[in-house]
Amino acid sequence: MATVTHTAPPPLVTRRKVGWARARRYVLPLVGLAVALAFLGPYIVMVLNSLRPSSDVVQTPPTFLPRTWQWSTFSQVLGDQRFLNWLKTSLLVATSSTIIVVLAAIPAAYFTARFRFPGRIAFLFLVLITQMFAPTSLVVGLYREFFELNLVNTYLALILTNSAFNLAFAIWILHGFFSSIPKEVEESAHLDGCGRFGTLIRIMLPLSLPGVVTAVIFTFIAAWNEYVVALTLMLDDAKKPLTVGITSYVTGYEQHWDQLFAASIIAIIPVVILFAFIEKHLVGGLTAGSIK
Amino acid sequence: MPVPATAPRRRRRSRGGDTPIGVALLWLGPALLLILGVVVFPAYELVKAAFSRYSITGLRLGDAGTTNFKNVLDHPDLITVLTNTVIWVVVVVALTVLVSLALAQFLAKDFFGRKVVRWAIIVPWAASLVITAKLFTLIYDYYYGTLNMILQTLHITSGPIDFLGDDRWTMPSMIMVGIFVSVPFTAYVFVAGLNAIPGDVYEAAKIDGARPWQTYWRITLPLLRPALVVASVLNIIYVFNSFPIIYTLNDRNPGYLHDTTITFMYKLAFKSAEKDVGMSAAAGIFNVILILIVIAIYLRTLKWQEQED
Repeated sequence: MATVTHTAPPPLVTRRKVGWARARRYVLPLVGLAVALAFLGPYIVMVLNSLRPSSDVVQTPPTFLPRTWQWSTFSQVLGDQRFLNWLKTSLLVATSSTIIVVLAAIPAAYFTARFRFPGRIAFLFLVLITQMFAPTSLVVGLYREFFELNLVNTYLALILTNSAFNLAFAIWILHGFFSSIPKEVEESAHLDGCGRFGTLIRIMLPLSLPGVVTAVIFTFIAAWNEYVVALTLMLDDAKKPLTVGITSYVTGYEQHWDQLFAASIIAIIPVVILFAFIEKHLVGGLTAGSIK
Repeated sequence: MPVPATAPRRRRRSRGGDTPIGVALLWLGPALLLILGVVVFPAYELVKAAFSRYSITGLRLGDAGTTNFKNVLDHPDLITVLTNTVIWVVVVVALTVLVSLALAQFLAKDFFGRKVVRWAIIVPWAASLVITAKLFTLIYDYYYGTLNMILQTLHITSGPIDFLGDDRWTMPSMIMVGIFVSVPFTAYVFVAGLNAIPGDVYEAAKIDGARPWQTYWRITLPLLRPALVVASVLNIIYVFNSFPIIYTLNDRNPGYLHDTTITFMYKLAFKSAEKDVGMSAAAGIFNVILILIVIAIYLRTLKWQEQED
């Protein structure tokens, strides 16, 4: 009779569970593939359309794959003086803004993380409000300010705006890193004769390197992607950044879809790669001041 | 730049106020200058502009009193624009949160290729919004759009749909893009929230014989509340401020039929025939007030307070 217990079917729940455990090894990656395709799909269309002549993009009926492959679009765009001008602006504005943000955010984050002083909470509150306000809601005010300062159509206006509105993120993320370093580490450096500033440079910054890198990359990307301020303040075509410039590849008058998409891909790829590096710390910085 | 020599060298107590304010100003100076010069001052300029009259070339002509505000409130398209804004914000944020909850639950699992999926989701987040929006003008196109091609190949629709030209479709089409670009950030916040829930809570639920759905409803969701609040409010602010999607996808349609308060404000100053900076500034003030209300609610819900460390 002992054989009966062996052949008896296991309870239903367990059997279902075993089945699922086996199936999930295949089901979950498949669902993952579907999710990845859902988010990448539009950008796959972008890549495919950058590899066909614009006349092929606007042909009916549309096809998913190019009818004629055109590999020269990228070299064509990279040889286009207008594109190079826009690229130069984007690089200049994003790099300068990043440097300014880092120089302004490090001392502010360090000081608020380590010292108590009158107005500290007011300052942190001001930073939080800044983070909430996109330049979009103040764009008319920004335009009036730079108009009166005669800075419309200058790189400086874009650099200052991008620096100011990305400062908050950098301060929050660095504040978090600095606060998490035990005070004893600093005090021993102090006893060894390191000044406040020396301690910051030699002890605190190396220990918070991931935070600094996150702040740098985030600011660079945000400035690189900025649109509305550049659209408003940069009227001279040669000084526009990529985001504003490349939209003129496709307007009511001319339609160079291939060039628009090739230029877009050149603008997106470095950003996505940089973004992947800081992915781990991003959420913390963006929701800082709220959940710790 | 900060001068270390002036910083007091004695040991600091962690109570408020033992550091002279002058020293603080040295360290905070650069940041304060930026915020005051490029955030606070433009806000002041905005208020000033809202009470001023301007020539079409941007020269200030004089005081306008409250005329600009009256003009905004009397604008024939105001109701349409406000309705659009409410629909845009509510639908995008609500659906984004729902989709992201499901996606985060999935991403929190361990499976082959999870890293690849996480990277794939980064792309719409990292890419410039205006580029994504421009891409969707092609995908949505009536004649040679990819979406119409797919829908017709799968026999879901018999003819092409004019996603960006047909008034019934314009807002839903823009909302889809809004959700598409908002989900990545939101899902990442939720994944962080899920990872913060200790595993033994689930074990206890299992021992007590809770069904998966009960566990989710009674344990996961309540514990995810802080992440839910943060993600919702930040999304409300981002989506409300969102400019490139509506500006780009609604480009061909004249008038304000599909505009939100943000693009309405922009068009008043820079696109309309009048180029009315004063009226646009008045509309901008209303926008700022709306955002401030949302922030106030946000801070209240979170009971934002300085944490002593």
